[in-house]
Amino acid sequence: MTETILTLDKVAVAFGALRAVDGVSTSVTRGERRALIGPNGAGKTTLFNAITGMYPPTEGRVVFEGEDVTRMPPEKRAARGMARTFQITNLFNQLTVEENMLLALRGLSPRKFSLFGKRDFDADERERADRALDRVRLGGRRDTEVRELSYGEQRQLELALSLVMKPTLLLLDEPAAGLSPTERSIVVEIIRDLPRDLTLVLIEHDMDLVLGLVDNVTCLHEGRILVEAPPAAIAGNKAVQEVYLGKPRHA
Amino acid sequence: MSSVLSSAVRRSSPRATFAWLAGTLALLAILPAYLPTYHVSVLTQILIFGVFAMSIDILAGYAGRTSLGHGAIFGTATYVVLYFVSTSGMPLYFAIPLAVLAATLVAAVFAVLAIRTTGVYFLLLTLALGMIVWGICLRWSVVTGGENGIRGDVRPAVIGDSRSFYYVTLICCTALTYAMVRFINSPFGLTLSGIRDSAGRMRSLGYDVSMHLFIGFVMSGFFAGLAGALYAMFNNFVSPSTVALTQSVTGLLMAIVGGVGTLFGALIGSFVMITLENFVSYYTQRWPTVLGLVFIFTMIFAPAGVLGTIRALRARRGN
Repeated sequence: MTETILTLDKVAVAFGALRAVDGVSTSVTRGERRALIGPNGAGKTTLFNAITGMYPPTEGRVVFEGEDVTRMPPEKRAARGMARTFQITNLFNQLTVEENMLLALRGLSPRKFSLFGKRDFDADERERADRALDRVRLGGRRDTEVRELSYGEQRQLELALSLVMKPTLLLLDEPAAGLSPTERSIVVEIIRDLPRDLTLVLIEHDMDLVLGLVDNVTCLHEGRILVEAPPAAIAGNKAVQEVYLGKPRHA
Repeated sequence: MSSVLSSAVRRSSPRATFAWLAGTLALLAILPAYLPTYHVSVLTQILIFGVFAMSIDILAGYAGRTSLGHGAIFGTATYVVLYFVSTSGMPLYFAIPLAVLAATLVAAVFAVLAIRTTGVYFLLLTLALGMIVWGICLRWSVVTGGENGIRGDVRPAVIGDSRSFYYVTLICCTALTYAMVRFINSPFGLTLSGIRDSAGRMRSLGYDVSMHLFIGFVMSGFFAGLAGALYAMFNNFVSPSTVALTQSVTGLLMAIVGGVGTLFGALIGSFVMITLENFVSYYTQRWPTVLGLVFIFTMIFAPAGVLGTIRALRARRGN
């Protein structure tokens, strides 16, 4: 039950003199839902980039599914079951929702090298795409070009692109950032309804949102782990309150 | 560049496109019967350069990588055909595949060096690589004939007259256009558009972005090489100006004037530019000036090009 899927061993990412991530060690068990919180500039997205290989760590090791992936490029990690969403929507804006799904579906299939074949879905791909789009409530928007979607819908498509890859580990970078309360609740519901065997790591600023969704919380501050505990313990944690709200002034 | 195109521009109904194509093809098949020989050869040139400009549009419009080195790839094929046929008497059916292979290899070398860059760096790197090819053609005079180039009677006697050669070109260009349409509409073609829109997302979806750009560049070079080989038969002559920067710029301008990211626009651009060149040259020597003006007017008044603008207007009317 407590099999480890992701281990970070003293991971550090330095940009010149700045150590954005400074010796983070933690491990995530299979099926766990973990939140990564911390104030702006704490190193959350940089840590994501180290895990997914966008910026390989300058020090330390990343072990995924028992394999050292520290120096592996992102596309190879994806092939091993790692998927992510982006904080700033990072979609194929000039393509339709369906075309975005096609690209997400074929990233790991040899069909991506078909130079003169037909582009359309085959039956299996169609079914997987439909399931993912229905899950994120975009079933009715298949032929719409991404840049014509609302911002909320774009965030939902972000999720669909990752889900359709059938990942074992899904990293969500502020999936609800910038959304209206209604759109937020849609995204929260989508995340809550994800299959329980999918391991989730979630960056989120909104504590209320996080606390109802996850099993454990890791709070980062200045590139280091400040606290790691279940949500109930985090809510009342003094150190966490301080980094979020600043130290209380003495009356 | 394709970002100037609105959503409706790149998408036209398949039935309308088919009707237009069938009409154009019929017109192109009938036209030479009523045209003087000179105009038939202008039309031949339009078709060849249309294929060349489309090969550039594959990269510029779909992969979002604007190349200024395609003139060199195109011209490499022209050189190889003329060299082997005229100096060593190699049969044309050996020389053409060899020429296309040579052009594709040049494209592969360009690709290896350029695919890791984007935007202006890609533009400058492909420009520099093209200049190297031009320099080689100019200086390696034992093989290339230096400034004098190579002259030779490449075209076989069967298709020696303008009309027969025109029909051979028409058949080849139709087949190549079909192949390019299939290519950009294939699963692989879609990955190029994905890379244009977000290379980072493509990587996290499991794509080896460099590999896809490499294949895309090489395929684009393959088509440019085929156009270059046809051009050898059309022109029976090659000189460094065939591989020069002007050649790359001309092809790119054709794609831009017709509409980047529309593929067929490149054919329209080729028609506009070559017709205009012939027309203008009748009255003045200042074709490059006119060329510059055409480009400026296109950029200001119709940045989406001829086909792009037509489709945008139609889409607006439809709404």
